[in-house]
Amino acid sequence: MLAVEILGLEKTYAAGFWRKKQKLALRPLHLEVKQGEVFGFLGPNGAGKTTTLKLLMGLICPTVGTARILGQDWRDPAVRARIGFLPEQPYFYDHLTPIELLDYYGTLSGLSPADRKLRIPKLLERVGLAEQGRVQLRKFSKGMLQRVGIAQAVLHEPEVVFLDEPMSGLDPIGRREVRDFIQALNDEGKTVFFSTHILSDAEALCDRVAILNRGELRSVGVVAELVSQKSNRVEIVWQGKSAVPAIQSLGGSCHVAGETVRAVLDESQLQAALDALKNQRVRLISVNPMGGSLEEYFLQNLGEAVEVRS
Amino acid sequence: MSSRIRAIAFNTFRETVRDRVLYNLVFFALLLVTMAPLFGQISIGVQRVLLVNLSLSAISIFGTVISIFVGISLVSKEIEKRTLYPVLSRPVGRGEFIVGKYFGLSGTLLVNTAAMALGFYLALFLMTRDFTRADANVLIAIYFIFLEFIIIIGLALLFSSFSTPLFSALFALSMFIAGTFAGDLRTFAEITHGPQKWLAIATSYLIPNLTSLNVITRVSHDQFIPRALVAYNTLYAMFYAAATICAALLIFSRRDLK
Repeated sequence: MLAVEILGLEKTYAAGFWRKKQKLALRPLHLEVKQGEVFGFLGPNGAGKTTTLKLLMGLICPTVGTARILGQDWRDPAVRARIGFLPEQPYFYDHLTPIELLDYYGTLSGLSPADRKLRIPKLLERVGLAEQGRVQLRKFSKGMLQRVGIAQAVLHEPEVVFLDEPMSGLDPIGRREVRDFIQALNDEGKTVFFSTHILSDAEALCDRVAILNRGELRSVGVVAELVSQKSNRVEIVWQGKSAVPAIQSLGGSCHVAGETVRAVLDESQLQAALDALKNQRVRLISVNPMGGSLEEYFLQNLGEAVEVRS
Repeated sequence: MSSRIRAIAFNTFRETVRDRVLYNLVFFALLLVTMAPLFGQISIGVQRVLLVNLSLSAISIFGTVISIFVGISLVSKEIEKRTLYPVLSRPVGRGEFIVGKYFGLSGTLLVNTAAMALGFYLALFLMTRDFTRADANVLIAIYFIFLEFIIIIGLALLFSSFSTPLFSALFALSMFIAGTFAGDLRTFAEITHGPQKWLAIATSYLIPNLTSLNVITRVSHDQFIPRALVAYNTLYAMFYAAATICAALLIFSRRDLK
């Protein structure tokens, strides 16, 4: 049985003052996530990752399509008790303490008072908030709120955990803690489906990833296989402050960052590009074959639309 | 009531209490204390009329303000702050959420009204040093005021399920004001003719009939409140509130939470 099976989910929003325009947020998406795997859902901002998660959580209605979670219809309330969800940049009732909040969510998940009493202190201990259990959430930092968010997502011991940008906005220590937590969940046999645009996290954690761009699924696969695919493209880096038209005419897109310019081209255009740079009398810094990391794969496949953070 | 609805209602109640919504009780107490010396200047009969009118009007105004301004934020705040996401991703129906929110704020208003009623009876006892049977009649007026609140909360919830907080407040306030003139509108419908008659009839049934819920002047003058009116108002308020909740649910169940 698959943990998640997305069967052509599509989302179009009505836009404009008269709501007559159509804004496509997600093209028909077909995706399968196996039980027990850590699945990364990658894409730049606005790719449709959050839209997909919101569809799966029943927060928005699909224009067409359906999905199954753990073999059941994704809208079935019985399924909801078997999944956990951490929204992007979570915000919780700040008048509550973590204990009260988890007790509230535990009740909504159908946990008995005895179970809640047993699990909440253990969970707070696990996410490092044992001493802040009775402090109102309005006094919490972003990192602490993220820990509370993770705690509420796993409180009812779900079989599948959906995390929307769980590392976003966290400092390196916080990111490391979340990574460790995801790994621990996977070690317990849970399926983890998380969206991110931080590629190093996906590379470190995921068994498989799906890459989404502008609402369209671009590729799905095992990270190692995706990054080992042979590339016929090269990256050229040189010193300069502006793009070189001759390189652009060869089909390379130039990215200026400070005093260096970076372009990615077909291998066949390499010599012509080097000649063009020589004619421009610019200082060449490096020539690198593409491929070998998820970030490079990402850049290659999504072109200039991506905004990569690592 | 399911445990989920109870949990949502209790959380809403707790939120309003911790957000200091009940602080209006202090203003109510101060109002009664500061007005008390003025009552001493006038005759005993008029004192009571004034105290009943002033207290019940204050209970109605404070409660209406809370019903509208907290009611309109019940859903919109949860969407805006995205606190709704972890709730609806659990086995919680949107209907349970709406009903839980409704009961939560109704609970706050019940506590608020009960506390103010207690304050009123305390002030009345201090002034008259005695309770008469007519004073118990005031309880019916207070009960009607609470019925008014459950209607207004329903309306605020309905408007907030599809509109912005500002427009929701304007719509709810307009309905409240129009509702206080529902009796006049029905009288107008009786004496007019043609299309405007039907328009007046339709409007008078659409807006809440708050006229029949206002018996403050009658109880302040010791007038009898028929039991039939109590039964009618109870059924009317329950029906109207249920209709608004159903409409809110119908809209909210189809709404995308962007």
